[in-house]
Amino acid sequence: MSAPRVGGDPVPAIIRLQHEPIAIAAEVEKLVGVRKDVGAVVTFTGICRADEDGVPIAALNLEHYPDMAEAEIARHVEEACARWPLIGALVIHRYGRIEPGEDIVLVATASSHRQAAFAAAEFLMDYLKTRAPFWKQVESADGAAWVQAKSADDTAAERWSAPPPPQRDAAK
Amino acid sequence: MTTGPAGQTTKIKLRYFAWVRERVGKAEEEIEAPADIATIAELMAWLSGRGEQYAYAFENPKVIRAAIDRNHVRAEARIEGAGEIAFFPPMTGG
Repeated sequence: MSAPRVGGDPVPAIIRLQHEPIAIAAEVEKLVGVRKDVGAVVTFTGICRADEDGVPIAALNLEHYPDMAEAEIARHVEEACARWPLIGALVIHRYGRIEPGEDIVLVATASSHRQAAFAAAEFLMDYLKTRAPFWKQVESADGAAWVQAKSADDTAAERWSAPPPPQRDAAK
Repeated sequence: MTTGPAGQTTKIKLRYFAWVRERVGKAEEEIEAPADIATIAELMAWLSGRGEQYAYAFENPKVIRAAIDRNHVRAEARIEGAGEIAFFPPMTGG
């Protein structure tokens, strides 16, 4: 997919939606490639739990907005590349029926030093949760139910756009 | 979105996802909306008057998110020139 540009250098970005399980090791290898300047790769894998709020589940069904999801992820990858000195970024999100223990999403970021890779991976995950057009439906013995959005996820995403703390008023 | 000959209606392609789709009963449709509908909020209000299923889908418009041409927008966003408008619940991916 697109390679967002930072200061003229294209940052290799892999963005993909797929139903198939994610070949994590192979994907991460592609991200690093033959580059010798990568000093850190952070990978995050989201996995389908066997329960939702304590209730055992049979599977998750992930619906998405096909034309928008990739574009929205690409916008956030681009922002991550603008905020941190990344060498590469990867987001692979699955859709369709996913059973407990299976991967849902893989985010990987590569940089020369670990701080940028950690921060960018967390930033991307926080935004994926609240901005990428995916919806989880839980399949259980009780039938199908849509997962409710969590306000904690909104709070996590908001901290990246929070204005810097106000200056202390010296007169006080 | 194209304005009708007399300017009274506009054609809009709509897409629905997750429980909004289930409540409306379809994934997408083309509608003819009155041309004086200017914003996403007004469109939701008008849609909810189209029948029981729409009323149910849009009963609490504050929780419904919208996108115009695959970009998130707020309820006060103007719909003029939109090619495709989507309505969906808060996202739960990742």
